[in-house]
Amino acid sequence: MTDLTHSTVAELKKLLTAKEVSAKEVAQAYLDKIEKTSSLNAFLDVRPEVTLKEAEEADKKIRSGEASPLTGIPIAHKDIFVTLKWASTAASKMLENYMSPFDATVVERLQNAGFVCLGKTNCDEFAMGSTTANSAYGKTYNPWDANAVPGGSSGGSASCVAARIAPAATATDTGGSIRQPAAFCGVTGIKPTYGRPSRWGMIAFASSLDTAGIIAQSAEDCAIVLSEMIGFDKRDSTSIELPPEDLTVGLNAGVKGLRIGVPRAWIDKAEPGLRDAIYKALSVYESLGAVLVDIKLDKANLGVPVYYIIAPAEASSNLGRFDGVRYGHRAKDYNDLLDMIKKSRDEGFGPEPKRRILIGTYVLSHGYYDAYYIKAQQVRRLIAQEFDAIFKNECDVIAAPVSTDAAFRFDAKADPLSLYLSDLYTVPGSLAGLPGLSLPCGMSEGKLPYGLQLIAPKCEEGRLLGTAHAYQQATDWHKLVPAGY
Amino acid sequence: MEWEVVIGLETHVQLSTKSKIFSGASASFGAEPNTHACPIDLALPGCLPVLNKSAVEKAIRFGLAIDAKVANRSVFDRKHYFYPDLPKAYQISQFELPVVIGGRVSFQVENPDGSTYQKTINLTRAHLEEDAGKSVHGIVHGKTGIDLNRAGTPLLEIVTEPELRSSAEAVAYAKALHELVMWIGVSDGDMQKGNFRCDANVSVRPKGQKEFGTRCEIKNLNSFKFLQAAIDYEVRRQIGLISEGGKVVQATRLYDPDNDETREMRTKEDSMDYRYFPDPDLLPLEISDEWIEEVRASMPELPEKTLARLINEYGISEADALQLISHRPLTEYFEKAAAKLKDKKIAANWVKGEVMAQLNAAELSIEESPVSAEQLGDILVRYSDGTINQKGARTVFSAIWEKKGDKVDELIETLGLKQISDTGAIEAAIDAVLAANPKMVEEFKSGKEKAFNALVGQTMRATKGKANPAQVNEILRAKLAQ
Amino acid sequence: MSLTINDVRRISDLARIDLSDANAEKLMVELNDILSMVEQIQSIDTTGVEPMPHPFGGAQRLREDEVTEHNRREENMQNAPDVMDGLFLVPKVIE
Repeated sequence: MTDLTHSTVAELKKLLTAKEVSAKEVAQAYLDKIEKTSSLNAFLDVRPEVTLKEAEEADKKIRSGEASPLTGIPIAHKDIFVTLKWASTAASKMLENYMSPFDATVVERLQNAGFVCLGKTNCDEFAMGSTTANSAYGKTYNPWDANAVPGGSSGGSASCVAARIAPAATATDTGGSIRQPAAFCGVTGIKPTYGRPSRWGMIAFASSLDTAGIIAQSAEDCAIVLSEMIGFDKRDSTSIELPPEDLTVGLNAGVKGLRIGVPRAWIDKAEPGLRDAIYKALSVYESLGAVLVDIKLDKANLGVPVYYIIAPAEASSNLGRFDGVRYGHRAKDYNDLLDMIKKSRDEGFGPEPKRRILIGTYVLSHGYYDAYYIKAQQVRRLIAQEFDAIFKNECDVIAAPVSTDAAFRFDAKADPLSLYLSDLYTVPGSLAGLPGLSLPCGMSEGKLPYGLQLIAPKCEEGRLLGTAHAYQQATDWHKLVPAGY
Repeated sequence: MEWEVVIGLETHVQLSTKSKIFSGASASFGAEPNTHACPIDLALPGCLPVLNKSAVEKAIRFGLAIDAKVANRSVFDRKHYFYPDLPKAYQISQFELPVVIGGRVSFQVENPDGSTYQKTINLTRAHLEEDAGKSVHGIVHGKTGIDLNRAGTPLLEIVTEPELRSSAEAVAYAKALHELVMWIGVSDGDMQKGNFRCDANVSVRPKGQKEFGTRCEIKNLNSFKFLQAAIDYEVRRQIGLISEGGKVVQATRLYDPDNDETREMRTKEDSMDYRYFPDPDLLPLEISDEWIEEVRASMPELPEKTLARLINEYGISEADALQLISHRPLTEYFEKAAAKLKDKKIAANWVKGEVMAQLNAAELSIEESPVSAEQLGDILVRYSDGTINQKGARTVFSAIWEKKGDKVDELIETLGLKQISDTGAIEAAIDAVLAANPKMVEEFKSGKEKAFNALVGQTMRATKGKANPAQVNEILRAKLAQ
Repeated sequence: MSLTINDVRRISDLARIDLSDANAEKLMVELNDILSMVEQIQSIDTTGVEPMPHPFGGAQRLREDEVTEHNRREENMQNAPDVMDGLFLVPKVIE
């Protein structure tokens, strides 16, 4: 039997529908491989009995003819989505063994679509970080190179898909947390338009930025899964009131006449290997009929300082609820209530959440609110307006780097600030709420993947996926699997 | 030294919605702990708020009732502080852009000598926010229990300008506000359940001084009695302090009814930095002019208008009218009873007289009256058209009250209460009385008016109370004049 | 704008996070680095620009006033560290 774990979502859909393989067989294949590759530390909670039970239910439906097209396909969920049947920790000691009494909307919708859950994937604590090394449960390794970071905060999900221990995995992106790990792990990741997937059940980091998305082996796979995830949810007040959309419909639209905006200043800042890979990818697009247009991104360069005021501010507020009173970590020794809360929060939070809570508390505090928070929200509007104008007048999508180089080593960027600065290409799109996608476009000399970012206007996920798909029809970067996996 | 007292009140009114302001859990009172606390109320990870339309509608109603501006656009802000009964460590409230701006409330204030005057004060604003949970003490030694049933119930915080000048004015305002929120149906105003709570900001200054003195805030006064006592104490305290050369320190205080004093709270709330910022989980609240007009059209007539109508159209005295509008169920009872009458004053007299007297004696509220407004109306119709007299009306009223029957006309028949209006019969009765009471006739003729009443009384007795009193009077006078 | 150790302590107090002396020093340096970086937005001209708390604006949707959540106390409280008689227990709160 061919290695089932080297199937795409699209292929598994065919196999299961044709009854060539059972959901149980598929699930077992992945569970076996998850166990074999446990040193990757991509998963935080795996419960084989629970997964197999879901697979059995899927098989029952397939046999009785009640199945939907995607019944039986496995999926992994980033441990930032709460789930009824697996622990939900946000990769933090604060939520060790926390069992949610409800499923996140994203989890619910994928379950209703027939997906079988393999477990919860590792991430940076409370989705804060770019390495997954901020997890309180140990780092996840990049399957391409154990010394390199898988990226973050959705490093677990990206690593899973790269190592083919899950055909696809849900993830979240606040400042680049889907696009960057997807790029570092050589897989495809999409962050939809803010508000399109529901935030109900997503453990909150930065409420005006958090967006659920998907990491998979291709744009086609992303389109299949994302279609099930998006759509209005009345439980989320910021949910966009659009009906669900079948994103596979526009996949083969091609790129003839598509105007691709090229911010040369951004691309030229990248390391030579990556820079060349990006320009090569742009040539491929030209050969497919796309038109390259030089664009200038100016206000977008303020993305990092703006992001690192707004995101920590919202985070400091959202993380206030973790006080050891109703759930979560409670300190064992304390003098009184105040002491209990302070110690519980000191013990439960790792260094990165603490840093962001303190920055956030400071920028919201009396006397600093106008100069920091309000100012940042004003510059945010300038950034959004710049994108609007470019999309209105100059191009249909923007092609840009995801980062300045391939995945860096774990010991490379030690200080928080340098990590923050590496978000420069992804945070601007996040601040404007725009959809962004990352796809593999090459390999470094050190055999680490290079990623290309595509950014589109609001609600143009179809255009993004179609543009990525066109490239993936003409190239094979997305088909590469790291040795041993 | 003459002192002026300056008071501003902040009132938290719980809105009478079925569900909470940001979650679909029940907002009703008294359930077992945490059985009305859903994941949103418990601030479980992953939860998000969605705004209750009825809470907004009630805020609009209130704004219209006090002649305020209802904002077309208002924003929910997060107010941060840590307390175990505040699960998110922030309260969703409104800071810079509240839903209601300005407004006025008028009310009657009683002077010590019993005279009254009208006062109108301006309101600063009213805004929507969520309530916190409750701390329960004494369950386990050294521990406090947290019940989050109340967390998330909708509140309207109503803030006055510092225009109240005495505890009497403060209480009068609070009472008027209390009646108003119940009148327009935005709150049940149940103070036992904590649905109407006042914080009083109190300061004093030498009369004539323009600058305000330093104020202290007395929190959580949930009865009018405590409100008055707390303010009185605080005024005495501040005046005493300043008179002895001391300075009033701005602080939050609690009123201790057992010792009749205010005490500074342990937590220094004034140094709290609430770090307000717009809640990113909620979008701005937009209220269209159309919606405001819809709500305006559905509002009940406001007390001032009802008062004017009672006085000008019905000819009821101001004092009586004020009493009738003091409580909306009472007003509705009166209106229903008066519906079929030409002379509404008759109903007014009965309602504020006989009905209230009976209800008070039996400790019943108007809603619990054994005689319904319709039944009273029927009685008064028969009284007006002369079928029965005053005594007869009282008899029917008592009969219905004691559940001896419920149809007015039937009772008049069975109890034989029809008034005797036949002049012949009355004449005959009077003739008999005059013949039987020569002494009384003499006393009358020698100038004793009292004897007349006695003769009337005799006539009424002789006719078993059924004679038409007006006719008795007329005929008797005529006969005596002969 | 440079934070002092006292500033860091004050902010940690506000955020209710215990802070050891060792950590306070380290944090002060890190926070000052970050603040120096974010402060560059001060030089941007934002006259007349509305702040952008949400990417797309819009108005708050309203929910019908119905009770849709019913008693699920046990599941909702299953992660509580200390519970009795349906109440969450904490060290005594002094008013």
